Amino acid sequence: MSHLLRSRRDAVLGRWVELVTEGTRGRMTEGEVRSELTELYGLVEGALTDPGGTTAGELRAALADISRSRARQGFSPTETAVAVFALKRAVHENLDGTGGDAAYADFIDFSAYIDELGLATFETYANAREQVIADQAEQLLELSTPVVKLWDGILGVPLVGTLDSARTQVVMETMLQLLADTGSRYAVIDITGVPAVDTEVAQHLLKTVMAARLMGAECVISGIRPQIAHTIAALGIEFGDIVTKSSLADALAYAMRGSGLRVLSGTDA
Amino acid sequence: MTIEPAGEMPISGNDDVVRVRQLVRTAAASAGFSLVDQTKIVTAASELARNTLVHGGGGSVGIDQTVGDRGKHGLRIVFTDRGPGIPDLEQALVEGWSSGNGLGLGLSGTRRLVDEFSLESEPGEGTTVTVVKWIR
Repeated sequence: MSHLLRSRRDAVLGRWVELVTEGTRGRMTEGEVRSELTELYGLVEGALTDPGGTTAGELRAALADISRSRARQGFSPTETAVAVFALKRAVHENLDGTGGDAAYADFIDFSAYIDELGLATFETYANAREQVIADQAEQLLELSTPVVKLWDGILGVPLVGTLDSARTQVVMETMLQLLADTGSRYAVIDITGVPAVDTEVAQHLLKTVMAARLMGAECVISGIRPQIAHTIAALGIEFGDIVTKSSLADALAYAMRGSGLRVLSGTDA
Repeated sequence: MTIEPAGEMPISGNDDVVRVRQLVRTAAASAGFSLVDQTKIVTAASELARNTLVHGGGGSVGIDQTVGDRGKHGLRIVFTDRGPGIPDLEQALVEGWSSGNGLGLGLSGTRRLVDEFSLESEPGEGTTVTVVKWIR
């Protein structure tokens, strides 16, 4: 097979480039495809001549690069794999049919090898995607636990999503640190974005409030929607003397009153 | 009584508790529960899924749409684990009693969130909790 790849190089490579260029539907020029495939072609040739050598490793690295760059250009993983598989057709069309059974066996082996390479591009694509998802999950964890200053002496902690132990830890640490840094007396924990409050979430909230209390700050829990209120009451969770409000605005008004601030309407100050 | 299967999934980590919640929320919303009842059944499922994980060492959950007598529709959720089981069922359902350091409201509170609640447990064999909520 490697003999054929060498002896009919121009014909096979030319046909491969033609097939792949067709498949890109104008997203890559023939010149780009040609330079990419010429490199691959050389590596495939080398890998077939010396299966245990370093060329096989280089070939895989080159495929991984191509898979990544194509993913960035908006190709689907199937299109990338099909481009690799097209080499089989290019080779098949260049067989002269004189090799007999041995040539068949040879072509089957070659075909299996190309299949393997095509699947390798798939794997690279999947791995790249996994990496993106993992990165996003991490960013989300950081993004989803901000502590903001609502007013002098009043902090806001908007919680969105699932409140598990890890998130509570991050929220609690950030909030307590900011309470200390800003000397705030109030912290408003808003749970509008928390879809369900079960006993674990409630326990996390209670612990956070207790910790703030130890630092001399008062926590107000806001954003308790009707369905959440129903559920908390049915579960039998006691919030004790912790102030809870249905909206963030109510909580802010409460904290401002507590800080001795008055909000006046009108233009004259 | 006919049952249409809606989904089944294993519970083996904290991520699965979140997935159970999403699955139950979707099932409850498509079954036509009110927002309050959706939240109640999701919270109950969250509570029981965490029990399955923490006390049962993992297990599985099955969610079915079910039709009761007089043609009322509802959602039935079954949690199964092969964990150590609960030695004293009476005590486990007492309000404020906790085997760990929780609030002690998990099982007793969950019972108030649903319409039907059954708890079967054999020490050393595992635990099965079945809850049903009817659409009002």
